[in-house]
Amino acid sequence: MLFELDDVTYSRGGQVVLREVAARLPVGASSLLGPSGSGKSTLLRLLNRLADPDSGRILYEGRDVRDQDPLELRREVSLVPQLPALIEGTVHDNIAFGPRLAGHSFDARRCLELAGLDPAFEDRDASKLSVGEQQRVMLARALALQPRVLLLDEPTSALDQTARNAVEGTLLRLRARTAISLVVVTHDIAQARRLAEYVVRIEAGRVIAQGPASELLDKVSEPELATAEDAT
Amino acid sequence: MTLVAASSASIQVTLGEVGAALVLVAIAAIASRSWHAGLEEDIGIAVVRSFIQLTAIGYVITVIFDEDSAPLVIALIAVMVVFGAFTARSRAPGVPNSFWPLLVSLGVAATATLGLVLGLGIFAATPRYVVPVGGMVVGNSMTAAAVALNRLGEDVHDQSKRIEATLALGATSSQAVMPLVRRSLRSGMITLVDSTKTTGLIFFPGTMVGMLLAGADPTDAVRLQLILLYVLLGAVSIAALMAITLARRNFFTAAHQLREPPAP
Repeated sequence: MLFELDDVTYSRGGQVVLREVAARLPVGASSLLGPSGSGKSTLLRLLNRLADPDSGRILYEGRDVRDQDPLELRREVSLVPQLPALIEGTVHDNIAFGPRLAGHSFDARRCLELAGLDPAFEDRDASKLSVGEQQRVMLARALALQPRVLLLDEPTSALDQTARNAVEGTLLRLRARTAISLVVVTHDIAQARRLAEYVVRIEAGRVIAQGPASELLDKVSEPELATAEDAT
Repeated sequence: MTLVAASSASIQVTLGEVGAALVLVAIAAIASRSWHAGLEEDIGIAVVRSFIQLTAIGYVITVIFDEDSAPLVIALIAVMVVFGAFTARSRAPGVPNSFWPLLVSLGVAATATLGLVLGLGIFAATPRYVVPVGGMVVGNSMTAAAVALNRLGEDVHDQSKRIEATLALGATSSQAVMPLVRRSLRSGMITLVDSTKTTGLIFFPGTMVGMLLAGADPTDAVRLQLILLYVLLGAVSIAALMAITLARRNFFTAAHQLREPPAP
């Protein structure tokens, strides 16, 4: 099992965001599926210790994440945030940032290619890219760490349909060409179907269902999820 | 060269002359009232407080000068440092637990700067030099540290998503916040650096003006002013850098997590 969450509760600003969450995420491509504000992005941040739960525990490959060095964990379990947040400089500067901190070698052009961008982007000013391009540079710089797991927070939420299809294609190719596991946060049931083999459904900070995507998503309809989202 | 009694000249200022200067304050109050700036009350408070505070410190300094006691001088500067840290804390509300970083940074800036000034023989180790120079050092250090921390607090809040994205790449909290540290340090120091650049061209600094009014030789006034400007540059850099270095840790946990993570 890649991740196991046992009775995880997390509060922020006095509000309980996650309540006694128990879930399993196997090796491969998983999705945390739920409406906006359900706590799925928060859950993603707990997986690589950008925050720690108030109670409960999270195991990564059988070990409590709190027993692991957070910096090493984040290089192995790399998170790509929902909105691009690149550092100042070129695309190359961004891709080089993580590996240089870790003392790793890296191939910027291959990372760009894996992320679905032309390697010629390497010398472009990161601040001059479109949102879709920036999103893929975020993916490329995470890949430069040679992670074993990619945590993707609504990777296509800021994109139009063409860019969304391109990023989804990139992720599917990535799964086909590498051994990287994916955990994708999404509110889009169709996207969960396209990208994930295993799904954990979250609503109002609680896990309401989990299982293989082929079984679980047959039982849920688009209107049902849309209604849940409207209610938040 | 140790500066000892650069000029023996002194001037007598009567309370009547001080009162006459209030005409200028009246102009400020009238301007505020005419333009509905709403500063009349603040101007009044400023006048009363400045009179009481400066008169009180004048008596304290007179006693300290008369006593010529090192422990008294040290105690006075320590009080300035503590009040400076309290004041600066209120100007940087976005920085968690900022009092201790400010207290340490002001204390180190004052100790190091005065230590060097006395050690290098620039000023004689007498209350007449140590007290006013110490006051200027603490005051300017307080302003620089407060501005630097205020900027740091605002930037960490505004850029929390970028900081967390950098932490997610395996950066330490120090590495994630480094670009903000540079900007904050610059903010804390830029005012004094700019005023040092333009001194003598656009404005005459206070010490030089005071010495000239007291009848000192202009060359002595200029040299003393230069010494003070250089001393203050060193002091504010120490204070701002140390305050930022100590305070930046307070934004993060030991596991390199932002204590107040960005809103989802």
